[in-house]
Amino acid sequence: MLRLTVNGTVREVDAEPDTPLLWVLREQVGLTGTKYGCGVAACGACTVHIDGVATRSCSLPVSEVKAGQNILTIEGLSPDSSHALQKAWLDHDVPQCGYCQSGQLMAAAALLAANPKPTDDEIAAEMTNICRCGTYNRVRAAIRQAAGVTG
Amino acid sequence: MTVHFKPSRRGFLAGSAATAAGLTLGFHVPLVGEAAAQSAPPEVNAWVVVKPDDTVVIRIARVEMGQGTLTGLAQLAAEELEADWSKVTTEYPTPGQNLARKRVWGNFSTAGSRGIRESQDYVRKGGAAARMMLVQAAANEWGVPAGECRAQKGVITHVGSGRSVTYGKVAEAAGRLEAPKDPPLKDPKDWTIAGQPLKRLDTAGKLNGSQVYSIDMKLPGMLNAAIRDCPIFGGKLKSFDAAKVESMPGVRKVVRVGDTGVAVIADTWWRAKSALDALPVVWDEGPNAKLSSAAIAETLKEGLTAEQAFVGNQAGDVKAAIAGAAKVVEATYSFPYQHHATMEPMNATARWTPEQCEVWTATQNAEAALATAVQAAGLPIEKCDVHRLHLGGGFGRRSSSHDFVRQAVLIAREMPGTPVKLIWSREEDMLHGRYHPITMAKMTGALDASGNLVGLHMRLAGQSILASINPAGLQNGKDPATFQGLNSGGAEGVFGYAVPNLLIDHAMRNPPIPPGFWRGVNNNQNALYLECFVDELASAAGKDPLEFRRAMLGKSPKHLAVLNAVAEKAGWGTPAPAGVHRGLSQHMGYGSYVAACAEVRVEADGSVKVLRIVAATDPGHVVNPQQVAAQIEGSFAYGLSAALHGEITILDGKVEQENFDTYPVIRMAEMPRVETIIMPSGGFWGGVGEPTIFVAAPAVLNAIAAATGKRLRNMPIKTEDLRRV
Repeated sequence: MLRLTVNGTVREVDAEPDTPLLWVLREQVGLTGTKYGCGVAACGACTVHIDGVATRSCSLPVSEVKAGQNILTIEGLSPDSSHALQKAWLDHDVPQCGYCQSGQLMAAAALLAANPKPTDDEIAAEMTNICRCGTYNRVRAAIRQAAGVTG
Repeated sequence: MTVHFKPSRRGFLAGSAATAAGLTLGFHVPLVGEAAAQSAPPEVNAWVVVKPDDTVVIRIARVEMGQGTLTGLAQLAAEELEADWSKVTTEYPTPGQNLARKRVWGNFSTAGSRGIRESQDYVRKGGAAARMMLVQAAANEWGVPAGECRAQKGVITHVGSGRSVTYGKVAEAAGRLEAPKDPPLKDPKDWTIAGQPLKRLDTAGKLNGSQVYSIDMKLPGMLNAAIRDCPIFGGKLKSFDAAKVESMPGVRKVVRVGDTGVAVIADTWWRAKSALDALPVVWDEGPNAKLSSAAIAETLKEGLTAEQAFVGNQAGDVKAAIAGAAKVVEATYSFPYQHHATMEPMNATARWTPEQCEVWTATQNAEAALATAVQAAGLPIEKCDVHRLHLGGGFGRRSSSHDFVRQAVLIAREMPGTPVKLIWSREEDMLHGRYHPITMAKMTGALDASGNLVGLHMRLAGQSILASINPAGLQNGKDPATFQGLNSGGAEGVFGYAVPNLLIDHAMRNPPIPPGFWRGVNNNQNALYLECFVDELASAAGKDPLEFRRAMLGKSPKHLAVLNAVAEKAGWGTPAPAGVHRGLSQHMGYGSYVAACAEVRVEADGSVKVLRIVAATDPGHVVNPQQVAAQIEGSFAYGLSAALHGEITILDGKVEQENFDTYPVIRMAEMPRVETIIMPSGGFWGGVGEPTIFVAAPAVLNAIAAATGKRLRNMPIKTEDLRRV
């Protein structure tokens, strides 16, 4: 049994050590807000935070998560969708299909935690998550709003 | 979005039989079993349910895949219903329920930008009829004429006495009334819910992980499956060595799937995939084992000059015009295969028993998914149903083929009674797409001494989607859809330019690569070929691209209006910022008129930066302007992704690209600013989800030509072709 701390709760899971964290979260922990998109850390749909760092969970073997590290998923970003980014996302009606948006939000939350007032170039450099619906401009606008910066 | 899962259809079937025999309006979409069905809130009609707490449930036949149709259709029904928008929710009926009720909800297909334009009439009437029935029920209760009652925001008021009642209180009585035939509809100028930039109804769950997508489906006792289908088109499964993986963790069964695939069923998907990766498989490579992109290109090239071709649009005598021209311009273009690359890979959950089969999936056409499931299940249609779950993108992939549903049902048949969720890996998804068809075009233009276009021959060569997906749709062998946007008339897509001698024809060449409907479909290459070549002709005639177009659009005022709108807003004819160049494009498709002006900069190393897009659309009517803007923005992301990166190539009978590392797509850093002009002129209903994609690539290619003097005629744009250092 592996012990993981997910959204503040310690969970015991039965998974092979090479299982990607993504699939442990989705299938053993039962949190499906984190999405599978590519399996090779190319698209960012699986982004979670590990001790605050945005991490593409599809390519991280669960055995590499160290005991006591805090894993934060979209379900734990805020208790009631009250994170400034979630509110800004709602204001800008950002999601279309929405499949990538968990990853977009988690990437954006890590960005703002590290850089509270990012420039547009800094946003584009950090926000490399793929969105096939093409919500990029609204994602950027929502990040700006949450950060209190104008483009 | 409320989705009701029900473990059995028996309650539903019994309920629908009773309904058919008796009440016409008393039908309830069932919840779990008969008891739940009996306690379900009353239907006013097929489109509208009002719960006792005044919550309004609007039934949505088309599907939401990000394009906003769910919210737009709810706005249309709520407008006529005079509903309180804050109390509106939605739900999907199943295709089985639709069949049982003689297709009361009409067509479920959500493709061709049809979601709103082809159902707005009966959806609005559904809302209007429900309102009239609710008002009548209140009037009956009060013993007053319905004409003395008003409905507003879900409340009915008797004008004379001031008495009022909410919809929820009279819904049950309303459902027993006879439905009015052909209820009158509001003039769109009086709309207060439709036409407004309302927020989408389906956002909240997408911000906290609670939105359930098809890939998130969970059922008690469910197993998971990973599949590998023969990666070589036309190949088959020869053998596999199940013994090598059967003892791996979680593995339950290794099964053959039809003639071409093998799947591992395990307790979790990751364990199924791990075992599949370790499974020795031998393929019968079939007749295409040596097929390559180069060979496909040769097949198409032959079509460019072939004698036989299907004629799509013809006027005058183009041969004579070319023979007598002061100047003849020729160019050959090509457009490669593209992959949809929906963010959510194909997947479906199925449960099969000898008595019934249920499927839960993300589909753009649940009725087609049901037809596929029925065939795979080997059961009568009334014993099968498909439950719609949210789509992580569609773009045409989930309407082109329900191969994933077929596979899921075949796999579930190996485990009777146990639900099995099949998920394709990204690699499986990329290797088994329904690709944007490959085409080429040979363009020949005849200019007179004044630089007027007097003759145009557009010879298309390439793949027909219908020939593969729906051969019954061919007309004496011709695929009319290959001429999208190039037709001489009709409501879908009219060739706007006045050219006295015109021939547009198509030499069908169908390589054995499965084609599909890819956002914009054949409009993509047709607009690219035509609009880039029009710029080439303008250049050859020594004319400004805007003036050259204007001169040919005198009899196409709606085409002209969107073109003028983008030219004006973009500042065409005024200097662009230093190093920035502009390109124009216009087209008509899916009933809408669209145009774009792109501003680009081409660096010395050949890299292209698209800085700004000004895009206009006239879709006739607009149901939600901020969602139309979102679709326009998104269409440029999708279209520019294809222009800048998209190319699926074939080697040894198989797709060479397997993931986003080899099939790059546009990301935020490459996304231009998109300024939208939404200019509905009324009188018709055009589509929104696709049309502006048509003008994305040609506007950019025309701007690149303006910037560099180099005319790129093959997609995608390649940096090395533009390098100056």
